[in-house]
This record gives sequence, structure tokens and C-alpha cells, in this order.
Amino acid sequence: MKEKLHDLKVKYQGKKMAPAFNALHTFLYMPNETTHSGAHVRAADDLKRTMNTVIMALVPCLLFGMFNAGYQHYSAINGFPESFSLFDHFLTWDNFWVGVTTVLPLVIVSYGVGLAIEFLFAVIKGHEVEEGYLVTGMLVPLIVPVDTPLWMLAIAVAFGVVIGKEVFGGTGMNILNPALTIRAFLFFAYPTWMSGDKVWVHEGVERAGTADAISGETVLGSLAQGSDYAYSLSDMFYGFIPGSVGETSTLLILLGALFLIFTKIASWRIMVSAVVGSLVMGLIFNGVVDAGWLPEYSKFYTLMSFPYWQHLLVGGLAFGIVFMATDPVTGSQTNKGKWYYGFFIGLLSVMIRVFNPGYPEGVFLAILLMNVFAPTIDHYVVRGNIKRRLKRFKTATIYPKSTDEVDSLKTETA
Amino acid sequence: MSKDIRIKKGLNINLVGAAEQTISKAVTSNVYALNLDDFHGITPKMLIKQGEEIKAGEPLFYNKSNEEMHFVSPVSGELVEIVRGARRRILTLKILADKEQDYVINKVPDLDTADGGAIKSYLLQCGGWPFIKQRPYDVIADPSVTPKAIFVSGYATAPLAADPDFVLQDKEQEIQAAVLALSKMTPGKIHVTVGKSNRSPFNNIKGIELHKISGPHPAGLVGTQINKIDPVNKGEMVWTLSAQDMVMLGELLLTGKFNAERIVALAGSVVKQPKYYKTKIGAEISTFLYASGVNEDRFRLINGDVLTGSKTHTEGHLGFYNNTVTAIPEGDDYELFGWNKPVFNKISSTRALTFSWLQPNKKYDLDTNTNGEHRAFVVTGRYEEVFPLDIYPLQLLKACMVKDLDEMEQLGLYEVAPEDFSLTEFICISKQPHQQIIREGLDLLQKELG
Repeated sequence: MKEKLHDLKVKYQGKKMAPAFNALHTFLYMPNETTHSGAHVRAADDLKRTMNTVIMALVPCLLFGMFNAGYQHYSAINGFPESFSLFDHFLTWDNFWVGVTTVLPLVIVSYGVGLAIEFLFAVIKGHEVEEGYLVTGMLVPLIVPVDTPLWMLAIAVAFGVVIGKEVFGGTGMNILNPALTIRAFLFFAYPTWMSGDKVWVHEGVERAGTADAISGETVLGSLAQGSDYAYSLSDMFYGFIPGSVGETSTLLILLGALFLIFTKIASWRIMVSAVVGSLVMGLIFNGVVDAGWLPEYSKFYTLMSFPYWQHLLVGGLAFGIVFMATDPVTGSQTNKGKWYYGFFIGLLSVMIRVFNPGYPEGVFLAILLMNVFAPTIDHYVVRGNIKRRLKRFKTATIYPKSTDEVDSLKTETA
Repeated sequence: MSKDIRIKKGLNINLVGAAEQTISKAVTSNVYALNLDDFHGITPKMLIKQGEEIKAGEPLFYNKSNEEMHFVSPVSGELVEIVRGARRRILTLKILADKEQDYVINKVPDLDTADGGAIKSYLLQCGGWPFIKQRPYDVIADPSVTPKAIFVSGYATAPLAADPDFVLQDKEQEIQAAVLALSKMTPGKIHVTVGKSNRSPFNNIKGIELHKISGPHPAGLVGTQINKIDPVNKGEMVWTLSAQDMVMLGELLLTGKFNAERIVALAGSVVKQPKYYKTKIGAEISTFLYASGVNEDRFRLINGDVLTGSKTHTEGHLGFYNNTVTAIPEGDDYELFGWNKPVFNKISSTRALTFSWLQPNKKYDLDTNTNGEHRAFVVTGRYEEVFPLDIYPLQLLKACMVKDLDEMEQLGLYEVAPEDFSLTEFICISKQPHQQIIREGLDLLQKELG
């Protein structure tokens, strides 16, 4: 097997289809490539391993999302169970089957369309298939509503990968997070579909207007309309609430975050500062409400009075902070810059969430906005280093280009 | 007076096959060779023709851009071959050594009374100059510019590198002579950095500024030490020398004889009995490699350490600047699911199912596999953890790649040599050739700004 594949690789070397073959080959075997210049030994990590680690952190969210798809579906029809039991009501085959029929197709379409485009571009441009889409392809199904039509997703993925990434030169070169570009495309291209209270629960849209109509408003949706929501704090923390497929379980996102920080794959600086940023903004809003500056009939009243720390439990804030804001390509690249970058993501997320009239969520917009500003932040951080160097330059010791003068200099300084 | 420097950022790469601290005499080599790639940026002009006889210490060629700068033969014998490459560029000069060595004895300047100019022309003439390198650009020093300071590293932290404390034993007299001579050529200081131990012969040398450094690799690299002691600014010039080359300079200044002898560490997991050998610059590596024995048929032989050395082969010769020769296994084999299975036998700077963080002192047997393919820069913040210089490594590398001269200058390219980027290259997830990028950046900057 190993030898046969090696022979095939040699045979296809330099041919048009070589990148496509190599992409598949390197998934089976780590290549036989050895060092040519510079260091003769290299560390064990490569981009595949890095991306794979992020995917491992996402798998619990995906599995939870599959069960939750079924749980929300049946609860919307039959009402939420009176005394909730994890194994009787949540981890059931019925729930899982709903997940298999609704969430898995999203995953397959996301990877299918995205990777096809990646392969196509690699073959046309003659470079290797880079691994960037492995994580994007997993993120996309987790940040869309469960009943997103597959054709919409396919168009959005094609748009996101081509316009969001390939036109800039592919993995490592893009300015905007591709997964969020896809999400933003869905939101702005199909606004009537992507908002409202129907899309968050499987079959919500099909049943609308019939006798069997079901709906599942998200917590933020309820708050935006000034109405109450029916979920307890623990429901919100564990994730038994409607929402995009993978974003609901704060617990599993937290575990993923710890895993990513421990493995040193994602930046803890961004995560910590983003959490702080969101808390600060939440506290400011709470303060405004407490001070009585905002009349109760204001349409922002319910969202602004929402306890500041609970913003982290609902919507996509936690998921966005852990898995989206930490994208190294589109985020700040300097360690100092990461603090500012994360802080503003948290701050803006909560701000947009409260003030957005059309759609009570702001994480993806906040991160996309900060993606654009990340190079600016880095620019000023790096300027700091350059300024230090220029300051040193003022006292530089530069000697004239002649040997004889050295001795005279020596006598002068002596 | 000694000053303490503590390096926190870095990574020690512990490999199996460290040289045992005993010195054997290597078999005398028949043919000696100078590899012209060792002298980066020098265009040679030959002084003798193929087939002519030459004495040890007699000039072989000079630098085209500076006729005074001579490069001398390490041994006496016949210049048997001038190996040329594309466009007749000289690659290697091979000398068939005489049985009885015949040395040129130069007239030594009086170290106490001679001025800097006299010492400079003596070193240029007698072949000692190429041991002095300069920053910026990491090339052989330009004799027309006076350095603001001279830096010598007396501490080795690179994997399997020769221990300077051991190879410099009993050489204090030569070192002192070299220090005295160097001090005449700069109004600045001579900074020498050694490890924490008190075994270093530099402890008793007068006329130097002694620093003690501790911490992981790259604490032993002179670039790290310059950055912590007195960084290079635009327009400034510093010289760097390796500690062992100071011994050669010292002997040249004391006796007038260019003695190419040096002690070399033969190390690496492929070597059966890794230890030190006494041999000469340009000697055939096989003269001592097989004395220690090798336990594999196919291996990578390196002139220097595994991070910065140059690739050679069993018919190769010891490099001009190298005092370490390393042999490690080749890694040109496939590994099933190598990209996602847990890894216990390789070093990693992350914990992504890699477990080298569990045993920081374990010794590893690394091969030359890149452990992945070349990719665009993706991850950030990783290089900074192993890069102690006050420089943004990723930004500087990118500036070099896009050939942005202003940015390269402002981000501190003057301060670095390719070897300073050997650790970032080692841990690079995208497997980018950092040292090559920096080398090309330095060459470009030198060409554009002179």
C-alpha cells in the first residue's frame, strides 16, 4: 500500500491533478519529505495537526447540536418535559435521528462544496491543498440554524470560500474569517429566512400557518421583543435551548476552550479579553438601566437590563469568542494586539446585540468588523517596537570609515 | 566584572548522541578542502593555479572586492582540484596534503606596541581575518569599518554542539593574545558571554566585559547576547567571533603560524561512540566518522549542529567555521496517520496530542522528516515563545518575503543572522524556511544599501 501510493505520487508529480492526489495521500500518510535548507530537524506539529485539534474541540458541540435538534423539535411539538432527565429526554435515539437527518446534511454540504472549491483552486493554481477549510467546514454547520436549506448553504459556502478566501490567495491570506463570511452572506442574502422564530427548530418553517405550527424563539429573540423566555439558567448553561446548531451549550464550548488553551492552539489572550470586553459592555448597559436613564417602554429595555454575565450563556457569544475570534489568520497577530482585538470583540458583540434592530445577535458582525481592524491594531503595536529601535538609533555609535582615526578617537575618549 | 543575563524564551532540544568529553586524534586526512560556500558573499580570485604546490598558511585566493583579504591554505601540499559549478563559480578547493607539513611563518607584530591598523593588515594578510564576522548582514567583517563592540559567545546551547568550556581548555594564552589584538581594533568593548559554570577559560582573561547567561537555547547564540547587551542600530557595526576561532587567531598572533587544528565534537544518534576529535579545517569527515562507527546505512551528515549546520556527505570535509559534526537518521519515509496520531517520540512546542511537554529532559532521536508539508503562515504567537530578541519575528519574516526594505530595516533586520531564526524554523507549523528567508533578506539589504 505504502509503496504503491508512493509510485503513484511519483507518477503524478508535476501533473495537473497532483495537488488533488497529494491532498488525499497526505491524509493517509504523513509525507516522506525531508529538510533541505536551514534546520535539519523539525518539530512534530504541522498545519493538519493544528486544524485537527480544533476539530476535536468542536466535536462535542456537534454531537450536542445533533441531539439538541431533536430535543427542540419534539419539545416544540409535545411541550418541554416536566421533570427533565438527560437520558430519557435528551440522549435518545429519536433526538439523534433528527440530528442525523438535519445536521449531518449541513456538515456534508459544507465540506463537500467547500473542499471541492479548495481542490479546484489548488489544481488550477498548482499549489498544494491547504488545510484551512477543515475547520471552516466544521464551523459552518454549527453556526447556522438547523433548518437552513441546503441549497442556500451551498451558495453561501461557495461565496464565502471564493470571495472570502481564494481571491485573497487562499489559506493564510484572507482578511475576513471565511466561516463568518458564509454566515453573514446567509444573513444578508436571505434575511426573511434567517431571522424570526421559525428557523431555530426543525420543521418550524414548514409547519408555519398550519394547525401543527411550532416555533422556538431564541432567548435573545424573546428579549428583543421584550417578552419573557421560558428557560432556566441551567438550561442556558448546558445548552437545552433553541439556537444555531452548535452554539447553545456553553458548558461544552467552555470545555473546548480549555482544551484549545491547554494544547496551545488557540490564543487565551483573545478569549480572556473578549470575555472581559463583553462583561464590561453588559455592566455599562445594566448601569444605564439601574440609573434610570432608560424608560421602561424603550425597545432596548429588556436586552439592556439582561444581567451582564448571562450574555455569555445565550446566543453565539461564547462560541464566537472561542472558535471564531481566535482564528489566527484574521485576528491580531501580535500578543499585545490580541488583548485589544479580543476586548473590542466582546464589547462590540454585546453592543450590536442590544442595538441591532433587525436581528438580536452581534457576534459575527463584531468579529468581522474587528477582522478588518486587526491589521491596524497590529500596525500600532509594531510601531511601538519600531519607535523603541529609533530611539536607540539616536545614540548609535558609528565610527568613520578609516582605521587611523580609531587611535585618535581612543585618545579623545581616554 | 560580570553581568548576569537570564533568557526565559526559548527551547532546549535534547537529542541523543551527545559527544563524550574525551579527545581522540583523528587519522590524518589525505585531501583537505575549502568549501567556498562557507564564506558567504565572497567572490574568490585565485592566487595559485591547479597543480601548484602551496604551504600551510600561504594564500590560496583573495576577496575580489578587497585584495588585501587573503584566504590561506590549512595544509601544505598540492592544489589538486578546483571544483566549479554553474557559470564557472568556484565551489571547492581540494589540496592533497604533504606527508611532512610545511608552514609559512609570518613576521608577528608586537602585540603591546602595534596599533590597530598594523594588526588588521597582519590578520588580513595571514588568513586570520575570515574568522571575524560582522553584524549587520552576518558576513566576513568589512575591514574598513570600525566596530562599536566585539561579541564572543563562550556558551553553547545548540543541540549536541561542542562544549566551549571543554574544547578551550588550556588555551588561555592564545585567547588572551587574541583579545589584546582585537581590543586595538575597536574603541568599544569586547563582550564575552559564558554560562553559569566557572569552568570557562574566559574567567581569567583580562580586557573583556564578561557576561554570564542562563536559560534555554538560543541563550548561547551570539545574536541573542548582542540583543540583550548592546543591540546593533542602523549604521552601527559589531564583530562576532566564535570562541574556538579566537584560539586560532591567538596562535597566529603569537607564533606567526596558521595552525588549522581544531577540536571537533562528533555527535548524533547515528554515531556509535560520539566523542571529540582533534583534526584540521577542511579534513575529510570520514577520517574520524568511521573511527567512532555508525549504526545506520543512510543518514544525514551535517557540518555544524542540527539547527544551523550545512548538509554534507561521507566524502565531505569539515567546514571552515564548524566545530561540530552531527549525524542523524534520514526521515524519508511515510508514516501512517502521522498527522493526527498521538506523538511521543518527537519534540513539539504545543500539546496537540504531542507529549514532549511531559518529559522536558527526555532525550529524543529526531530524524530529518519535516513532519508535514510547506504551508502559508497561519498560526501566530508561537514564534514569540522561543524568540528572546526584542524583535517581531513573524513580521520581520514577512517583510523579508515581500522585500520591503524600509520595513526590514525598521523591524531590526540589522540585528539578526539566519541562525537566530533556527528555533522559530524548528517549531514552525507551516514549515517555512526561516533561515533562508532571512539570508535572502540580508543579502538584499546589503546589495541595496551597501
